[in-house]
Order: sequence, then C-alpha cells, then structure tokens
Amino acid sequence: MSEKEIKNLEEIFEAKIARDEKIEPKDWMPEKYRKTHIRQMSQHAHSEIVGMLPEGNWITRAPSLRRKVALLAKVQDEAGHGLYLYSATETLGISRDELYDQLHSGKAKYSSIFNYPTITWADIGAIGWLVDGAAIINQVPLCSTSFGPYARAMVRVCKEESFHQRQGYEIMLTLCKGTPEQKEMAQDALNRWWWPSLMMFGPTDDQSTHTEQSMKWKLKRKTNDELRQQFIDQTVPQADILGIKVPDEDLKWNEETGHYDFGEINWDEFWQVVKGHGPCNKERLQTRVDAWEGGEWVRDAAMAYAEKQADKKVKKAG
Amino acid sequence: MNSEKKDSRLHENKIKYIYGIADNSLILGQRLGELTGHGPTLETDIALTNISLDLFGQVRSYFQYAAQISEKEVTEDDLAFLRTEREYLNVLLVEQPNTDFAYTIGRQFLFDHFHILLMMHLQNSKDDTLVAIAKKSIKEVNYHKRFSSDWIKRLGDGTEESKEKMQTAINDLWRFTDELFHTTEADEEMIKAGVGVDVKTLKETYYKNVSEVLEEATLEIPDLKYFQKGGKDGIHTEHMGFILSDMQYMQRTYPGMKW
Repeated sequence: MSEKEIKNLEEIFEAKIARDEKIEPKDWMPEKYRKTHIRQMSQHAHSEIVGMLPEGNWITRAPSLRRKVALLAKVQDEAGHGLYLYSATETLGISRDELYDQLHSGKAKYSSIFNYPTITWADIGAIGWLVDGAAIINQVPLCSTSFGPYARAMVRVCKEESFHQRQGYEIMLTLCKGTPEQKEMAQDALNRWWWPSLMMFGPTDDQSTHTEQSMKWKLKRKTNDELRQQFIDQTVPQADILGIKVPDEDLKWNEETGHYDFGEINWDEFWQVVKGHGPCNKERLQTRVDAWEGGEWVRDAAMAYAEKQADKKVKKAG
Repeated sequence: MNSEKKDSRLHENKIKYIYGIADNSLILGQRLGELTGHGPTLETDIALTNISLDLFGQVRSYFQYAAQISEKEVTEDDLAFLRTEREYLNVLLVEQPNTDFAYTIGRQFLFDHFHILLMMHLQNSKDDTLVAIAKKSIKEVNYHKRFSSDWIKRLGDGTEESKEKMQTAINDLWRFTDELFHTTEADEEMIKAGVGVDVKTLKETYYKNVSEVLEEATLEIPDLKYFQKGGKDGIHTEHMGFILSDMQYMQRTYPGMKW
C-alpha cells in the first residue's frame, strides 16, 4: 500500500471516530489502535479472571445461604465478563491462548486491586461497594468507546457491575446496622480498601502516559484525576450513611470547588504493587498458572474427543 | 401410641427425610464452590459454578420448608450451618474431595444419575411442597446430568492420559454408589406415608444408565464386592469435618448475628 493510500485510510478512520461511528473488527485500523486495544481489553479481561480469586476465597465461608448464592452468582458473572472480553479481544486477531500466555508470563497486567487479600467477610462487602464502584466509574465511559465489540461488551458489564455494587453496599449496611463487632469489621475493611481503591484510577494526570491518545480514540473520556475525584465525591456520603469513617485525615468538603479535598496517595505502594510486589501478586498469578497448567490434560482430552467425533461423522457420511 | 405422638414422630421423620435429600445438594454445592476460579477452562468454571448455584437454590427451598414445618423456631441458615457433623445426613459420595477434574466429574456424574431418578419419582409424592421442588429441580438436574455425562465421554474417550485419570476416579468413587440406594428408618416411614421415594427400586435403572454412559466413554465398569456406607446415618468420612469447619466458620465464630 502506498503512503498516500494509507493516509487516505487514516483520514477515513479518524473521520469515522469523530462522527461517533463504531470501528468494527473488519474495518481498516492503524496498527497502534489495534495494539492499544488488545492491551487495554485483555488487561480488562485478565482483571475479571484474577478478580474472581479474592472473592472466590469466601464462597465456602459465606455466612448465610442467601449470601453464598449471591457471591457465587457474582463470581460467575465475572467469569462471564472475562469470557466476552476475551472474545471481543480475539476479534483483533489474537487468540485466547496467546492472551493467557501474556498473563501467565507476567507480560500483561491486571488491576492491582486484586493483589490485596480478603481477610474478613466485610472485605466482600467493601470490594462490592468500593472496587466495583470505582470500576463502574472507570467503565461507564467505555460504553461509548470507538471500538464496537468493546463498547457492546461494556454495556453488559456495566449493568451487572452496578448490581454487584449495590449488593456490596448492602452487605456493608447490614454489618453497620449489626453488632459493634460487625461494625468494627466494616470499618476495618474500609480502612484497608479505601486507598487501594483510589489507586484504581491510575497515576496522576501528569504521570499518565496513555491519556492523550486514549482520549482521541474515546478509550478515555475523562482523566484519571477527574475520575478519582468523581469516585471520592460519590463515595464519602455513602460512608456517612453507613456511619463509618473514611481513613483520611485531610478529607474535607471544599465549598469553593464543590469537591472533597483529600490527602496524598502513597504512590510508592502503588508502584510496588504494579511492579509485582503487592501482598498477593505471587499467589494470584500462581493460582492462575496452576489452574491453566493443571487443566491442560482436560483441554487436550476435549480436543482429542472432538476430533474423534468429527472423524466418525466423516466416515458415516462416506 | 396415641395419635398426637404418632403425628409428631411422622413430622420428625419428614424433617429427617428432607435432610437426607437436601444435605446432598448442600455438601456437593459446597464442594463445587471450592472450584470457582480454578477450572481448566473458563467455560467449565462457569458451568460448575452454575451447578453449585442450582444445588444451593434447591437447598434453600428444602430448608425453608423444613424450617416452616419444624416445631422449633429455626431458619434455613440454622439448618444449613448449625448442626453437628453427626446430624448431616448426606451420602459419602458428595463429600469426596476435588482430587482432580476427573474426580470432580466422576462424583458429579455418579450423583446426577441418581439425583434425576430421585427427582422424577419425588414428583409423585403426596407432599405438595416436595412435588413442587422436584418439578423445579428436574430441569436443572437434567442439565447437570448432561454436562457430567458429556465430560465422562470426553475424558474417557479423549487421550490416553485422560482415560486413565477418568478410570481411576470412577474406580475410586464406585464404592460410594451403593449407599445411594439404602434407606433409613425415617425413609421407610416416609415411603409408607406416600411422601418418600423408595430408592431401592431405582438401583437397577441407575446402574443400567450409568453403565451405558461408561461404555460409550470406553471406560470399564468397576466390579466391586465391598461398598462404603454411613453418611445417611450421620457417620461420615474424615473429609466432612473440614468441609463443615469452612462452611460453619462465620456462624460459629459470631453466634447469633445477622449477615
């Protein structure tokens, strides 16, 4: 293809995005667009799959049948999100096996929040309330992103996430209305999950490398700092209703800006976890690798069986 | 025996009868719950979680009913979480561990084929609530049976390695199948009252159905003389205490709290 032809295609592509039309897998797209989408979408899919582990940790210990069923359904939803996000990523010309390889080798990232441990039942409430709450704020703008399969997957994901968030908040509410011991459990969970939740929005804008390009492609509509502020403004009043305290001495309402001011995030901790040295990075990755390697003989068997069945059909037809 | 005493005994037996069915779903659901997030593929992960969800859904219906007819003030959660090990009446098969995927599938398969027959016959019970639960469960259990039978065939007639693993699991789990067809005193009372299913009559069909699938899967049907039993009388394998330690952890650590 000549340079002129490529330039022409690029112009058509840019115009399409500017008109808010979707880019579909068969459309021409710049290589960088394809790569960026593979990176972000697979990172999102990996987060769903790894995210099953901290919550799955409490399935066998859920305190009532109703909570157990709700938790199972929630973790199953996450597997479902992973499944259609992987499928959407596959439309960009990469296989699920390759994507798994990238996760297992440590090349691909997933959301750092899942590298924190779930040590009490209240953590299941806090994850639903804070982590899913932050995820929704990050993800709602993606429902109108430029790549069609991603946008459509996100519409469904967001619907289910908002259900999960309500469920999480309801767990917290029950704890806060319960005994002093239960309320303390809820406060302790908020103390541990608050700051990591703020880190879910990524580095501050002046440190963020992908923002400008992502804005252009509608992979992002607001900056990290704007989204983080939105989360804080939305969540603090919810903590007030619960009657528990956000663990930030500098947190206070600012009449002038119409937002909450908040304290300094510990960016050393953020980078430590991102670089693979959080409390559970090793365990989470090892669990995924074990499931994959331990399941190899099962996948091989399914493949061999399918081939045998296909052979039988051919023989019958012949 | 005066009629009031007789009624009360019938009542107690009905609750025991319900435990005998519901505890199977409870403990198997619990075992499957251990696997969420650890499956060999995302699709099997979702399917096994789904089966677990179905089973817990059934458990809730059974225990809500048992709590309702109980003379004590109890809830579904009291029945699920606050009995001692000797009071759980599930069969030994469902408490066996997830040694590997072949064991998980083998356990599911051997239980599903029993479960479907039980639900089909429970539809003829004189107890309307049990009939309603059975009718709702049949659709779910049919799906479970199809899922596990398909995997028996895939693993049995897949690779050499999978065949060996599947055969080992079936051989090991076979000794727990005979207990499925035992009846307790409470069961016999309920059969007489037209409420319970006489599982002894299901045995032949069960082994025929199971054998057909195993044959199609090119697996050998174990030929055993000695079988294990005890679960229906509350005498469990050593695994059971650990299952309950997890399951009852919150209820035991924080008695009387609402969640």
